[in-house]
This record gives sequence, C-alpha cells and structure tokens, in this order.
Amino acid sequence: MNFLILSIIKAAVVAFVLLTALAYLQWLERKVLAHIQLRVGPRRVGPHGLLQPLADVIKLITKEDMMPSHVNKVFWFLAPFIAVLFALIPIAVIPFGTELALPAINLGPVHIPAITTAMQLTDLNIGVLFILGISGLGVYGVALAGWSSNNKYSLLGGLRSSAQMISYELPMALAIAAPLLALNTLSFRGIVDAQAGFFFGFLPKWTIFQVFPFNIISFVLFIIAAFAETNRVPFDLPEAENELVAGFHTEYGSMKFAAFFMAEYCNMVTVSCVATLLFLGGWHPPFPAAYGSSFLPSLAMAGAGVLCFLHAMSPARPFDRITLPVVGVAFFGLAGVFLIPAVALPLIPIVWFSAKVLVILFVYIWVRGTLPRFRYDQLMRFAWTFMFPVAVTNLFLTGLVVALS
Amino acid sequence: MDALLFMIFAAIAVVCGINLVVQTHPISSALSLVGVMGALAALYLLLGGEFIAAAQLVVYAGAIMVLFVFVIMLLNAGTEHKGRGTWATYAGVPLLLVFLGLIAIGITHHLPASENVMFGQFTKGSPLEFGRALFTTYLLPFEVTSVLILIAILGAVVLAKKEID
Repeated sequence: MNFLILSIIKAAVVAFVLLTALAYLQWLERKVLAHIQLRVGPRRVGPHGLLQPLADVIKLITKEDMMPSHVNKVFWFLAPFIAVLFALIPIAVIPFGTELALPAINLGPVHIPAITTAMQLTDLNIGVLFILGISGLGVYGVALAGWSSNNKYSLLGGLRSSAQMISYELPMALAIAAPLLALNTLSFRGIVDAQAGFFFGFLPKWTIFQVFPFNIISFVLFIIAAFAETNRVPFDLPEAENELVAGFHTEYGSMKFAAFFMAEYCNMVTVSCVATLLFLGGWHPPFPAAYGSSFLPSLAMAGAGVLCFLHAMSPARPFDRITLPVVGVAFFGLAGVFLIPAVALPLIPIVWFSAKVLVILFVYIWVRGTLPRFRYDQLMRFAWTFMFPVAVTNLFLTGLVVALS
Repeated sequence: MDALLFMIFAAIAVVCGINLVVQTHPISSALSLVGVMGALAALYLLLGGEFIAAAQLVVYAGAIMVLFVFVIMLLNAGTEHKGRGTWATYAGVPLLLVFLGLIAIGITHHLPASENVMFGQFTKGSPLEFGRALFTTYLLPFEVTSVLILIAILGAVVLAKKEID
C-alpha cells in the first residue's frame, strides 16, 4: 500500500515538473532564438515574458477545435494522443538523482513512516532498451497524422518522418550499444553508478572519457541521430514550413496542435536525459567534491542574487527597483538552502543532472538558431553512407578495446 | 494480478488479430498488427523475458511495422473491395472453430503432460543469459538465420537492380 501511495506521489511530482519544464522550454527556445537573431523575444506577459507559456496554454485550450471534413476521422483523432503518449512514457525510467531519505513525521494522529526512495519512477533492468522501444513507437503519431489528414503536404511530412526515423534509429542504437559494451548493464541507475569516481583524481570517469576516443565518437553520433529522431533543425524535414506549409500537423488546431509540440519537446527532454545518463555521468559532478564541487550550486545562486541587486541599481523599468531585490533575496535564500547538508545531499545530484540536461537542450536551440536545413536526399545519404558505417566501425573498435582490456 | 494482466493482454492480442483480418483498409490492418506485437511484448514481459519483450517492441513494433506503414502510405493503397460473399465467407468461421478444436484436442491428448507456467518463475530472460544462450547452445540456428537474412537482402538488391536496368 505504501508502495502504491509513494508511486502515485512520485508520478504526480514528475508529471508536474515535466509538463512545466516543457512549457518553459518553449519560452527558453523563443528567448534564446530571439537573442541569437538580435531580438528580445517575448516580453509582454509577465517580467521578461515569464508568463508567456501560461498565456499560450490558455490561448490553445480556448481555441475552436475543428475537424476538417476530408480527414480519416478515427486516425486523425488518434494521432496526437499516440504522439504525446509515447513521448511521455519514457520519462518513467529516467533517474534524476541518488536517493531521497525522509525522516518519520509525527503530527498528532497523522503518522508518516520514514521513507527511502530512489529519485526515479521505476528502475527497469532493461531501461535503455525500453526507451529505444517506446520512442520508436512515437513515429506512428506523426505518420498517422500525416496520412489521415488527407492532404499532400501532410502526407509528405508523415512519409519523410517515417523514413527519417527508420534511417536514424540504426546509427542511434549502434551509438548507444558501443558504450554499453564497457558499462555492462542496461539499467540507467547501474550505468550512472559505473561512472562514479575520477581518473588521476580530477578527470571524471564519465563514459565519454572512457575507452578513449571511441566513446566520444559514439557521443557525437548519438547527438546527431538524436537531432534527427526528434525532428529538429537541421533535420526538421517533416515540418519544413517553407516546403510543406507545416508538414504533418497542417490540419491540426487548438490542443491537438499543441499535443504535437508537447511530444516534440518531451522527446527533446528524454533524449537529453539519455545523453546525460549514458555519456555525461548522470548526476556525478564534473570535478571532485574535494575541490568544492558541492559548493558550486550555492555559488551560482549567490551570483544570480548579486546580479539581481546590481540590476536593481539601474532599473530599466520603475517597478524593477522593487521586484529585482525580492528575486535577489530569494536567490540568496536558495544559496543558503544548498549549504544545509541534510538538504544538499539529495538536491546537489539533481542540480548537476538538470544542469547537464539544460546544456544539451541549449545546444538544441543554439543549433536551431544557427544551421540551415538539409535537403531530403542529403539527409538520407548522410544517414546511410556516413553515420551508419562510422557507427558500425566504432562499435567494432570499441568491442575490440573492451575485449583486449 | 498476473492472471488478470495475462487475460487483458491476451484479449488485446486476439482482438487485434481478428481486427487485422476483418479490416478492409491496409493501414487499419497494419496498426492492428502493431497492437498484436505490443500485446505480445507485454505477455513476454509477464513471463519474465524482458529482453525478448524489448526486442519485440524495438524490432517488430518500432522498425518493421513502421516500414510496413511507410510503404502503405507511399503507395497510397486504398480500401480493399470485397465482392459478394461466397460460400467460403459463411463457412469459414465454423470451419476455423472446428479446426482449432481439433488442434486443442490433439495437443491435450497426444502431447506429454507439461507443468503449468508460473508467472515470475523464469529469471533467465536478461540480456546476458539471452546472449550466452544465443552464442553457445543455439549458435548454429542463429548463424543460419543471419545468412538467410543476408541472402534475402542480396536478393532484394538484385531484384531492384534488374528493375533499374
């Protein structure tokens, strides 16, 4: 019974954090893209447009949800659900940190026993394969949306997406297989545990620094394939807006349209989590605690607080003189919280994990702001004549090194 | 709990299987097949074959069926036109039931009695055990299958080349 209640609470927390993160990822993307293009981005709703995601959600929910008359009704209706479903499931096996140990609480009649739980919904011993399997099913959402819309642009988008997913799943699986040879486990928690410690006392034992240099090649291949799998620039052929209107989701509006966007962002988050766990050491810090890595979160928070106070000196808007110090004090409070050992122990791993995921997400957005799109034949040729042979060779060489050592 | 889950997924598999035959549109049939694959994966998982379950999802539901759907979409295959029902349409279902009954009788009477399958008893479904079995006990079938697949690929290339020339 305890297990059931605990699982429900964990699932609720993870779902809430994930969905909020998805909404704010959209905000982050618009802001970063805007600054890359020398604009300021959303600024009207809330300070620095921070309430923009909320406004977008309200707009999308209240819009008219109309069904075009020429679509295949069942599949057209089903497609966004499939896309979102298979995008949200993989988060269940992602571990976010070490263990959370809560002391027993006695509040009069209410008695909550002491709880020790892993910061993860479930630790499958085939976690990596599970993610590969489920994310492979996500393509049905896009393909069905394209086909059932009964529209040539949508159909082309769906076709491109299926072809792209099949082609890039191969190098992606091979790029994942190479580091797994050395790690010798398929459970994400086991994979992260195998990356604890440091070479020569300072270089973290992350997968990319093991089996030098083959795992670095695996990492680069994985990231490229991940961009293609999530339909992001420079591989966003399925929704190339200047060729295909909006690709597979041309005929969708309101929340169904938002569902495809949620699925895309959720896939981005999942892939970034997998890259962090598999290659970048999960929640292990980039340098030893002896050199003060545990104090870095506090330091960053305090720095943000100081920055807020500095900006409050020369406010851009009148009310910044009041709001910025308040935010600054909040940051200082957070910095203090991270100095309390009992709180910091479970929190600091989460901070490192989220920081690494955020860096990869930032690279996603950065690439979108920088690179042009591939042509379709270039995309296919790149997958089959470059990525695939390199991935196979890399797998063989990694296997050789692992077998010899 | 195990029996209930087995019933649910077995029912999904059977219903999807029937739907696969009954549907007239190729996309509906292909998606029913995906349903069968997914339900089978869940059944493997219940039996303790976690690696097989994941492979079933990755290979069949995730790769092969996506290819099927891709080809159906590419060729824009339309709804199958059914002619007027012949005697086979009406006699098919009873004959099938009789056939399945005969098979069931044959199995229960002529095969040696086996132990019941217990959920959660089988623990050798991990990738390690699976790989070891594949490369020691079942090495020959494994290699023969690989060669067979290679021949099929070569055959496809030869046929495609002939078309181009």
